[in-house]
Amino acid sequence: MKHRVIVVGGGHAGVEAASAAKRQGAEVILVTMTARDIGTMSCNPAIGGVGKGHLVREVDALGGVMALAGDSAGIQYRLLNSSKGPAVQGPRAQMDRRLYRSAVQDAVRRLGIEVIEAQVRDIIVDRGVAAGVVTEAGDTIRANAVVLTTGTFLRGTIHIGDHTESGGRVGESAANELGCRLYDMGLRMGRLKTGTPPRLDGRTIAWDRLDAQPGDDRPTMLSFLNDAPAARQVDCAITETNEATHDVIRRNLHRSAMYSGNISGKGPRYCPSIEDKIGRFPDKTSHQVFLEPEGLDDHTIYPNGISTSLPVSVQEEYVRTLTGLENVSILQPGYAIEYDYVDPRSLNESLELLDLPGLWLAGQINGTTGYEEAAAQGLVAGLNAARRCLEMESVIFSRASSYIGVLINDLTIRGVTEPYRMFTSRAEFRLSLRADNADQRLTPLAASWGILDDTRLRAVEWKSSALDAARAVLSRQSFTAREARGAGIQVSGDGARRTAMSLLSIPGVEIDNVIELEPEVKHVAPEILAQIARECIYLNYVERQSAEVERLRRDEARAIPEDFDIGAIHGLSSELREKLRRSRPTTIASAQRIEGMTPAAMNALLLALRARERRSATR
Amino acid sequence: MDTIFAQATAPGKAGVAIIRISGASAFEGCARLTGPMPAPRLASLRTIRDLAGEVLDTGLVLAFPEGASFTGEPVVEFQVHGSVAVVRSILSVLGQIPGFRAADAGEFTRRALENQRLDLTQVEGLADLVDAETDLQRRQAQAVMTGELSNRVQAWRRNLVDAASLLTATLDFADEDVPVDVMPDVQALLEAVADDLKVQLAGAVAAERIRDGFEVAIMGPPNAGKSTLMNAIARRQVALTSSLAGTTRDVLELRIDLQGIPVTLLDTAGLRETTDPLESAGIDLARSRAREADLRIWLSVDKSDVPPDVDLSYVAQDDEGRSSGISGKTGRGVPELLSQIHVILSSRISPDRLAIRDRHRRGMQAAATHLDEAFAMIRANSDIELVAEEVARSAGALAEMIGAVGVEDLLETIFSRFCIGK
Repeated sequence: MKHRVIVVGGGHAGVEAASAAKRQGAEVILVTMTARDIGTMSCNPAIGGVGKGHLVREVDALGGVMALAGDSAGIQYRLLNSSKGPAVQGPRAQMDRRLYRSAVQDAVRRLGIEVIEAQVRDIIVDRGVAAGVVTEAGDTIRANAVVLTTGTFLRGTIHIGDHTESGGRVGESAANELGCRLYDMGLRMGRLKTGTPPRLDGRTIAWDRLDAQPGDDRPTMLSFLNDAPAARQVDCAITETNEATHDVIRRNLHRSAMYSGNISGKGPRYCPSIEDKIGRFPDKTSHQVFLEPEGLDDHTIYPNGISTSLPVSVQEEYVRTLTGLENVSILQPGYAIEYDYVDPRSLNESLELLDLPGLWLAGQINGTTGYEEAAAQGLVAGLNAARRCLEMESVIFSRASSYIGVLINDLTIRGVTEPYRMFTSRAEFRLSLRADNADQRLTPLAASWGILDDTRLRAVEWKSSALDAARAVLSRQSFTAREARGAGIQVSGDGARRTAMSLLSIPGVEIDNVIELEPEVKHVAPEILAQIARECIYLNYVERQSAEVERLRRDEARAIPEDFDIGAIHGLSSELREKLRRSRPTTIASAQRIEGMTPAAMNALLLALRARERRSATR
Repeated sequence: MDTIFAQATAPGKAGVAIIRISGASAFEGCARLTGPMPAPRLASLRTIRDLAGEVLDTGLVLAFPEGASFTGEPVVEFQVHGSVAVVRSILSVLGQIPGFRAADAGEFTRRALENQRLDLTQVEGLADLVDAETDLQRRQAQAVMTGELSNRVQAWRRNLVDAASLLTATLDFADEDVPVDVMPDVQALLEAVADDLKVQLAGAVAAERIRDGFEVAIMGPPNAGKSTLMNAIARRQVALTSSLAGTTRDVLELRIDLQGIPVTLLDTAGLRETTDPLESAGIDLARSRAREADLRIWLSVDKSDVPPDVDLSYVAQDDEGRSSGISGKTGRGVPELLSQIHVILSSRISPDRLAIRDRHRRGMQAAATHLDEAFAMIRANSDIELVAEEVARSAGALAEMIGAVGVEDLLETIFSRFCIGK
């Protein structure tokens, strides 16, 4: 009981939280409403993407569940942005929902996580510290740490047209009492919304009239440990909306829950409903719709791009205006869901509630959207919850070394105004935080925390030494401009000699050009060479950024003491003072990122800190 | 925070002296000397007493409430008789009020900055305004202080952010309905900024000269009468003059206001071959200063030995004005020389002069360089994330200029330059 962590919720955040806590050595109990729903994908049947794929790789590098489960269920792989640079390329895979769910449940079983089916009604608080949960049935389960990952279940409300019902997903009940309980604790909370499209019966689609969208010829896996898909690969298809579709929607716009005024929550701007798309971009006569199969033995099709909260009859009418869907039948109507979230600025950077130690929050409850964002948070929360029980120091991720760090820092310092989704542009050091090097960045760290088995560490060590050896080969000689031109590389004849590495950093230069100059390269494994080539594209930039990384690390090391009195800062607007009080940054680096922070305000903060240090030095 | 006070006018005897007090307890503290504060911004005649009630002076009292003052804090101003003794006694009484202390150098401005009454470039403009000696300097500083530079930089940044968001759309929303080719729009946005930066950078040299003064070197062989000319211009003895060749061994400077243009005249050692090591050192210095000067004027009795790199040359010691030359002794030709200098320097002053500091010039230069780099990448069809990186760096350089990150050292430098009470 002393080392026990309770995880409430069996979604992507809950599973990663349980996995990380278990791997760190805690005894873990996962409490969920329905055990057979653990690992369910409630929205689109895909994992990864640009930014999201980076998170998946990082969770994988830290020994998480998502990428491995994804690879055992992946039925189509596409590396997004493959025509662009490696920093913005993100692996993405379509999932067979059932395979994914069972892979996740297998992982939970293998890890030895105890699963209890119950609805949590309350949090036990002992002398200001969370100490367990109370179930609907009145049972109490005590623990040293509780991780809440309730997704959209907190006071979830489903809207279809003018029909409204309480629920966390269609057909599943919402966690209302727990939501009320969190309100009672005085946490700052808000309401967000998101939506899903109607699910279609694939047997009623005229596939032969649609453009097929195949996967990549050479699939890029989600996990570093895999090199080929496990499941049969299938195509998706593309169709699009047309004037007739738009007519139907425009005529019925007033019947959409989103427009009826029934919904108060804020939805994501980057994932608008079809009603929104048509309302906001009236000049656009057509919108793309991706038809994604939900599984190999499943006829359900997920039409990505037309999420909606129109009444069922309107949904039926408009989907049938799309090419290939003339006779389609809807298996499950689309809906909008509103749910509560906790202002993530109430959390510290291990995702523990500032005002209730012992309680960690992860996933959509913190105002994010997406499986990958949820998984990343689950890992951070579960890991730190376990470390607290085991009396180990907490682990904080830096913006300079991971997307996870960017995610956590953004959430806890800047908060959210719409469901938060990861983008590569959120990471100021995105050129070095690539999906392809997440293992080198994070696996050694995870090993040092003791949450990995040897397989991963050995794989990374092998890769790192192979990379080092390859770099040595590519740097041991330097070549004149003439020699380079002889190998088909255009360089200016400035008299400078260049190593093969620096030649590779010239745009347009490929490994093949370099092999002519340095035949030894032929003995290097192709995947190692490919990684070196990707590295070289950014070589100059990453070097230039090292000063900024250094500055960030220095600022991260400058702590703001927990008992520091914000009121002692002079010359701060009351608005900024309130923001500082709210998110309580623990380092200068975090304070700097608070919305609206001015250089003058930063200076005032630094002065106040210095004054405090002087005072304590003289005491 | 302490309430601070200082004399705002120059020290010494004067008709009126102003004492400024700023801080949370300015009103109640000052009320102990003058009785209740007058209505905001309304000048009232009051008797100023020490804490024991003895009269120190009578003078005008002005009160500026929080949020409507220079520093953003409650501010009180005393306008008293400009007697050294009166001012000293009032300052000493203010120092006895609990929570009151004498202001540090630049502290009023620092508080204005901290309370966001001014931004960094405006503070610099203010510093220049206080230092301004000529009309051009005043106008230039005023433009920056009123926020013209900050506004311009903000506008550039907005353009860069727009460009960056277009690039981001193609990177982060690869799978969605976004325009495929954003480059023409991106390029147009970047070009608008780059063109503007070029204009300002071209004017930056003149702007710095206006701030620091143009240097005009007066050169010529020994004993040609350079120092005598300087004296004539200064109408006072600034340089040691004698008829012995090689008297001026240092470079002497004379700062003048040439119809608004600040000019520093350099009197250089006579240029000749010499074995005297001291004189030789003086000549080396003269040569190097002359090389760096904005304008070189050659004075010699003999017109034949004019070096090629001078801008103007005159016949010296033309006491009677027979060869349309110059004479420091009689003053002949001096007004013509000065107006000639004015014409040449005026032509070098661009109307676009917002970069008044080397720091501004470097910020703009860095921003421009990153944009050039971005253009080169667009031309070479480089990866979009690299173009985005350059745009972000360009925006970062601009941000730093109006004071974003890494400004702490800068603040120290700026504030150490301030006198108390500005």
